[in-house]
Amino acid sequence: MGLLDIFRNRSQDPSAKMAKERLQILIAHERAQGQNRAPHYLPEMQKEILEVIRKYVHVEDDAVKFEVEHNEQFELFELNITLPEKGEAGDRPD
Amino acid sequence: MSKVLVVTSGKGGVGKTTTSAAISSGLAMAGKKTVVIDFDVGLRNLDLIMGVERRVVYDIVNVIQGEAGLNQALIRHKEVDNLYVLPASQTKDKDALTEEGVGKVLDDLRAEGFDYIVCDSPAGIERGAQLAMYYADEAIVVSNPEISSVRDSDRMLGILASKSRRAKDGETAIKEHLLITRYAPDRVGTGEMLSVEDMLEILAVPLLGVIPESNAVLQASNAGRPVILDENTDAGQAYQDAVARLLGEERPMRFIETEKKGFLGRLFGRS
Repeated sequence: MGLLDIFRNRSQDPSAKMAKERLQILIAHERAQGQNRAPHYLPEMQKEILEVIRKYVHVEDDAVKFEVEHNEQFELFELNITLPEKGEAGDRPD
Repeated sequence: MSKVLVVTSGKGGVGKTTTSAAISSGLAMAGKKTVVIDFDVGLRNLDLIMGVERRVVYDIVNVIQGEAGLNQALIRHKEVDNLYVLPASQTKDKDALTEEGVGKVLDDLRAEGFDYIVCDSPAGIERGAQLAMYYADEAIVVSNPEISSVRDSDRMLGILASKSRRAKDGETAIKEHLLITRYAPDRVGTGEMLSVEDMLEILAVPLLGVIPESNAVLQASNAGRPVILDENTDAGQAYQDAVARLLGEERPMRFIETEKKGFLGRLFGRS
């Protein structure tokens, strides 16, 4: 460390602080994703639920959204169905 | 009861092999019958760091495939009693290691009365790394105070908690230890490097030790002599502390504070 560095270092924003903040955000995000790895039966269940719904209304594949959320105490399974607007496709498919 | 200990990190070049060599030597010096296994099939290097490269005849793949007996493949360390090395193969066949084969080798080592079986994991999260950690009872996650290394360590901790045999069989989880390597207290002091506290806050794993950035590490690998045998070096002493903690002893952390430099030292010092 030379004479100039003594002054330079004081005025610089410490980069370790940046590293820590970036890591905290990133790792929180990655851990959440890791935990959200859906249970193995989810695809099968999705398919069956979709079949049941289609007995009554016609919905597109992308009108049904499944999400699994983890809390400390429980898991939340969220099912979101956007029904078609009246007049569109409508009622029972057959 | 033998303990299977994996040394892992995700990221390459952080000091897994240096650590495996040092920790296994330290355990052996403490009177524990210890074997250290290189899981880096295709890129073996533990033999060099341990200084046994000219005595490799058979390797772990030969043992798994029945071409050699375990005792033919185990290399006894000349300087350290109770210490054996099981080298990796240089084959390019990545499927040479199997879960079943590794399980059998570990069972046979347990039957031979080894107290500690240290598994030196390759970098990455591919087959070799997964097999190295699969049967582990304890894990040493090696991390540099550097952003990509910390991230990979966190990923590795996630894999230890979900993909190991203990996780799959619903047994008590692998006991995790964090070992920080290449630590430079003066750079932490100037705010250029993540501190021990920062890393513990992020990774939330009990700290096994802090190994300072040290010339001794390169010198040790040049000589093929585990750095822990250099008792007068900072890195050697830091590894000795880590081994003592692994065996249940409590020791204060050393080498994490900056050496105090005088005013003139700061003006004219080079580093």
